Amino acid sequence: MAMTSPSRRHLRWTSNSILALIAVCFALPLLWLLVASFDDHANLTLKLPGHFSLANYQAVLTPSLAYVPLWNSMMISLGCAIITVAVAVLAAYPLSRYRMRLNRPFLYGVLFGTCLPITAMMVPVYSLFVGLNLIDSEPGVVLFMAAASLPMAIWMMKNFMDSVPIVLEEAAWSDGASMMSTLWHVVVPLMRPGIAVVFVFVFVQAWGNFFVPFILLLSPEKFPAAVSIFAFFGQYGSVMYGQLAAFSLVYSVPVLALYVFTSRVLGGGSALAGAVKG
Amino acid sequence: MATALPTTALSNRMRGKGQGGPRPRRHPLRAAGRTAPLVPAMILLAVFLVGPVLASFYGSFTNSALTGAAAQQTQFVGFANYAQLFRTPDFFKSVLLTVIFLLGSAVIGQNVLGLVLSLLMARGDRVMRSIVGTFVVTAWVLPEIVAAFAAYAFFHADGTLNEILGAAGIHGPNGLYSLPMVAVILANIWRGTAFSMLVYSAALADVPDDVQESAEMDGAGGAQRLFFITLPLIRRSISTNLMLTTLQTLSVFTLIFVMTGGGPGTDSSTLPILAYQQAFKFSQLGLGTAIATILLVVGAVFSVIYLRALKPEVD
Repeated sequence: MAMTSPSRRHLRWTSNSILALIAVCFALPLLWLLVASFDDHANLTLKLPGHFSLANYQAVLTPSLAYVPLWNSMMISLGCAIITVAVAVLAAYPLSRYRMRLNRPFLYGVLFGTCLPITAMMVPVYSLFVGLNLIDSEPGVVLFMAAASLPMAIWMMKNFMDSVPIVLEEAAWSDGASMMSTLWHVVVPLMRPGIAVVFVFVFVQAWGNFFVPFILLLSPEKFPAAVSIFAFFGQYGSVMYGQLAAFSLVYSVPVLALYVFTSRVLGGGSALAGAVKG
Repeated sequence: MATALPTTALSNRMRGKGQGGPRPRRHPLRAAGRTAPLVPAMILLAVFLVGPVLASFYGSFTNSALTGAAAQQTQFVGFANYAQLFRTPDFFKSVLLTVIFLLGSAVIGQNVLGLVLSLLMARGDRVMRSIVGTFVVTAWVLPEIVAAFAAYAFFHADGTLNEILGAAGIHGPNGLYSLPMVAVILANIWRGTAFSMLVYSAALADVPDDVQESAEMDGAGGAQRLFFITLPLIRRSISTNLMLTTLQTLSVFTLIFVMTGGGPGTDSSTLPILAYQQAFKFSQLGLGTAIATILLVVGAVFSVIYLRALKPEVD
């Protein structure tokens, strides 16, 4: 390894060169998306477009092609995030504040649930949805995705709640406030950043989820963007690569924006900070 | 796959927290009142997670089908589905491909590259760090279907990779057909390395400098410091990360589905793809359910090992 070199300058130079090489490898597939989206004669190779063109975006940004699927994605992801956060806040409160016999098995179950391979479950989930007559039902998809993201959400929420000091609640209790009003008026306002992190986390996962709606929804007009991108471009022979790239980028922008927002504003993506920290 | 999983840092924060709340008294009504907020979560988890898991176990022992005679009258058939599955040559091929995929892309690929990246980044320039970090993390944050298309274009016969190889005078193979496993393994490394990189960067940041320095004073070379000081100090992060990346990779579906569709033939059908094909393409719901059950059991075993090793504090 390069680190055996005694000269620090040499070491730094070697590290930087290897890093640059890795950066190029990681960047090439991403750059193709970006460049092809502005090229009205795009193919599968990364090449500079003959001339800069917005034709792909114009072709894609129509109600049936982009806006309806994006709206569906928004409804499914928002619904999933709202339900998950509400249910997780409720569940986290007794887990965080009371010592109950139920806590330990419940939390172990929750942690176990975070590890379950959800894709492995889709065959039995499909059978279940056929049985419940929920196939092609958007609320059904929202409820399943909410349930699938609950274990992680409860775990994160409980940890955020644990770091909220209990002193203020004790004051509210001695004034005779009920558990629910203490939760709503004292705890929730104090953990807004934590709730936002969980919300964004669940929203981003739901927004990017392809497999669940792909299996559980049948009508094209209900497809979220992930499935409609696949249906429009992926399966058919005459693939319009430039439009595929343009739609993909439009669909990815909210997720990228939310990631930057969480890491910069909420500090919840200490993930990114960890990457930049030396 | 943008999954952040419970970290030790989170569970450490719980340490030292006073057990608050009014003193618990043995009063059935009060206990019920305290459990009440858990009810919505329990219902959702029971119906949509525990339900399908149990249904999967049960369904794998029946001849259930979506259409035809068996759809009307589902019968208990014992181990018939498993017996049929084990007679299918595709199944053992698929198990082997899954193991290759896990070892190649998660255990070796993402872990080693993530560790190398975090070590290099600790030594590289600030600008270079943020450039590399941006590209690696973007591949991870993108929606999986978009990442899958980008990887498809890159490895396609007419794609960027072959264009570069061609410029170097090498006639590139049609990667998605002749080397499908290599293509999906490389694509999954590209897609998922960010997670390992972030875990290892955080772990390396906690390694005290003075330990490194005193080792250097004693004449330890770079490789010696890496293997005898740095790696042992972050071994907990390594085992956690190995477990989590393995679990995440076990459930990769979209990437392979878009890039190769599990093909050509079944040459890149890992178990999730095979379960999908059997259940939905060939209407063999029993076989699909049996594969799903096996995957769930494998996932559960990994999870239990992980939980036992990590010993999170749950109260």
